[in-house]
Amino acid sequence: MRQSYDVIIVGAGIIGASCAAECAASGLSVLVLDKGPIGGGVTGTCMGHIVILDDSEAQFALTRYSQRLWNELATKLPEQAEYVRCGTIWVAADQEEMQEVHRKYKSYTENGLEAEILDNKALLKAEPHLAADLAGGLLVKQDSVIYPPAAAYYLLKQSHKNGAVVRSASEVKAILPEGAVGFSCGTIITGSVVINACGCQAPEFSKMAPIKKRKGHLAITERRDGFLNHQIIELGYLKSAHAAAGDSVAFNIQPRKTGQMLVGSSRQNDSDDPSVQHHILSKMIKRAFKYMPDLRDVQVTRTWTGFRPATDDKLPLIGPDGDSGKIWIAAGHEGLGITCALGTAKLLCDMIMNRPSEIDTKPYCPSRFAKGNTEDV
Amino acid sequence: MNEKLLEFDIAIVGAGPASIAAACAASENGKTVVMLETSPWFGGQLWRSEFPRAKTRQAIKWFTHLSETSAKAFLNTTVIDAPAENTLLAETSDGNLRVKYDKLILATGTREIFLPFPGWTLPNVYGAGAMQALAKADWPVEGKRIAVAGSGPLLFAVAANLRIRGATIVLTAEQTDLMSFLKFGMKLPLLAPSKILQAIKYQSRLIGVTYKTSCWPVEAYGSEQLESVMFTNGKRNWKVDCDYLACAFGLTANLELPRLLGCKINHDAVFVDDFQQTSLKGVYCAGELTGIGGIDSALTEGQIAGLAAAGKMKQAKKLRRTRRRYNKFEKAMAKGFALRRELLKLADDETIICRCEDVTAGQLREFDDWKSAKLQTRCGMGPCQGRICGCAVKEMFGWENLSIRPPVYPAKMKNLE
Ligand SMILES: Cc1cc2nc3c(=O)[nH]c(=O)nc-3n(C[C@H](O)[C@H](O)[C@H](O)COP(=O)(O)OP(=O)(O)OC[C@H]3O[C@@H](n4cnc5c(N)ncnc54)[C@H](O)[C@@H]3O)c2cc1C
Ligand SMILES: Cc1cc2nc3c(=O)[nH]c(=O)nc-3n(C[C@H](O)[C@H](O)[C@H](O)COP(=O)(O)OP(=O)(O)OC[C@H]3O[C@@H](n4cnc5c(N)ncnc54)[C@H](O)[C@@H]3O)c2cc1C
Repeated sequence: MRQSYDVIIVGAGIIGASCAAECAASGLSVLVLDKGPIGGGVTGTCMGHIVILDDSEAQFALTRYSQRLWNELATKLPEQAEYVRCGTIWVAADQEEMQEVHRKYKSYTENGLEAEILDNKALLKAEPHLAADLAGGLLVKQDSVIYPPAAAYYLLKQSHKNGAVVRSASEVKAILPEGAVGFSCGTIITGSVVINACGCQAPEFSKMAPIKKRKGHLAITERRDGFLNHQIIELGYLKSAHAAAGDSVAFNIQPRKTGQMLVGSSRQNDSDDPSVQHHILSKMIKRAFKYMPDLRDVQVTRTWTGFRPATDDKLPLIGPDGDSGKIWIAAGHEGLGITCALGTAKLLCDMIMNRPSEIDTKPYCPSRFAKGNTEDV
Repeated sequence: MNEKLLEFDIAIVGAGPASIAAACAASENGKTVVMLETSPWFGGQLWRSEFPRAKTRQAIKWFTHLSETSAKAFLNTTVIDAPAENTLLAETSDGNLRVKYDKLILATGTREIFLPFPGWTLPNVYGAGAMQALAKADWPVEGKRIAVAGSGPLLFAVAANLRIRGATIVLTAEQTDLMSFLKFGMKLPLLAPSKILQAIKYQSRLIGVTYKTSCWPVEAYGSEQLESVMFTNGKRNWKVDCDYLACAFGLTANLELPRLLGCKINHDAVFVDDFQQTSLKGVYCAGELTGIGGIDSALTEGQIAGLAAAGKMKQAKKLRRTRRRYNKFEKAMAKGFALRRELLKLADDETIICRCEDVTAGQLREFDDWKSAKLQTRCGMGPCQGRICGCAVKEMFGWENLSIRPPVYPAKMKNLE
């Protein structure tokens, strides 16, 4: 193996894989290293909803940009990636949440997205298994779902076609300031630049990455073809996702191409323990029954957990790590890493290659967390 | 959610022979005992057709014995989780059962090993045990041509049973070689005399049936359903026409619950001490979970576990000698019927390995480790959670699925609430 590359990417989750595909397609020589298998980090335990969110302008810009890139890639994705453009229905439990439906509708359609307000009747027509007493919802049509580990695998295969070298089972011990990576055996591989795409583990190599783990639970069901047509999220999700402290659950359900359904989700801040916790699972399931009572008799085949790489301002870190121009970071995407992966890769590669970007990269710049800058946030 | 909470001194998972023996021993010694069994019958694999009315001497003895004790049993009740210390969660047809216990005895038995070969997913290719169960449940096999293939003493039992129900056994193919088979047979009088009688009984029913060692199926053919099977002895291949193929390459223990609880496992068997206690204090294992040894071994281990859990160590100690002999029998059996390497290469790239997710051998061969293979192909992620393909994957690729999460068996969502 050659011992020097234009770009060394540490981490082969969806973020590292996307960066590899983008850099290799841009003509750079690329090495990807992961301590485990491809997509074996949180990319292998998450939901794979490619969804536009508008909690902040910056979030909207990145999710929208990235989703467009996914939609462009869609026809090339292999069957195993299970890409389906099923759309999202945001459900409103009551009239107060209906106001949020109207706000969201306005904001999305003004920005050129296709959306449709559903009243109670239309909601039940679109999703007959929803509870009868829900106020309504918003259907956002561009949103899609994907099977993330297979997508990561595909992206790495593409980058390999463009010359990238991909090595799993290769744990990096240190990212060196001169743009190299070191292994425990003493080997050092040098690159012009190194990208830290280690998700939750990114802080191990970067003081500038204030990433915390946010635990989530998921359950997968038996196959029930036709039970569910769209990804459905309760609008109360926003309250739950925003609650920075404390444990919360929100109803979130995803139809899989296989006919199975993925049911989520929970958010916990101060847990390092990967085991399934019964009281959280129970809370999550109770929440699901409130919105979709018919789920009671659907069989669950497995439950598990994953850790979202979260930042305090709910935006990822995409950009230079320090001033040397040698070390870069792409991590901290919390619950939107799949959605934002392709956009993240484009932005980072633009920066590394000094190309102009399609959207403003400043809001994601890691330096916002550097000492002295924190008051800007 | 509909949930009942019950408390017992001793909880037993399973209602097979090992469980029955354990329940009898424990409740006779004054303990309150509950048995939780997923199937609608008592008796486990071997005595399932003896429920509700036992016919063989041994089954009659144990069923009667059990009915004379105060042990309680819940059938149609699947243990799906261990949600807290000394607590089991089981799914029943109407809601959940939460069982708190002082001591736990696991006797969840075995299932068959399937090894994939081209055509093995054709209709009318059955597991040997499944075929036997069908026949015992009066599935019409009369006049049907059936090939029995695989490994282990089970093949005799299956062939004999199918034959007395009027089937024509076109061939019984045992993959092990004659020497290993004979060596195993020579140990029988010493280690398990009762097996000789069983063997003689089966033999008399199998007069005229071709029994071949060093023989195994390589491909099954048929357009809509099974029509014929290609067999080999390693040197020569020949085709056998048949309506059914009953096939099993031995047995493997149902280790999900011991794994979930965290019991130490050695070479596919739960590690236990002289009193059947696992690496976890107060958790015992009996029967096939501790090594595939058949009914007599299961009964002895069940008794020891029941006695030990009830604190009757002296009585339990008395059975240790018998148990040791059965352990030797288990080892002899494992050796006598060890799977030959050729079997692991039967699947071609198009052969399906994981039936739940339609994953082929070719798809799996692309990967170097189980986690990658599983993530990328979804092998073992379907409803059976690798219970069927797990063995094949382990034998063929050396990959083992060790991650067990609740529910251990699929459960209705309302029962996880
Ligand atoms: C329950 C749940 C549901 C979610 N649902 C969605 C959703 O619907 N839509 C969405 O967009 N996002 C969702 N997410 C978020 C998404 O999963 C993550 O944001 C995304 O997967 C992060 O990708 P990553 O590549 O940064 O991290 P990872 O996938 O964790 O990749 C990091 C990689 O770095 C490797 N690594 C770490 N340290 C080293 C080292 N020292 N040497 C070598 N390699 C190393 C790891 O092995 C790992 O493979 C969800 C997350 C959870 C937990
Ligand atoms: C098809 C087949 C044929 C066999 N034929 C013979 C034979 O002819 N002679 C012989 O000596 N041995 C035979 N055996 C071996 C036989 O398994 C043992 O001899 C004997 O039945 C072992 O008793 P056991 O109690 O350990 O297990 P089992 O009889 O297998 O009983 C285990 C019980 O636990 C239950 N269970 C498992 N998991 C759960 C759960 N999570 N919750 C609730 N209940 C659960 C199962 O439904 C089962 O009833 C055969 C095995 C198989 C699979």
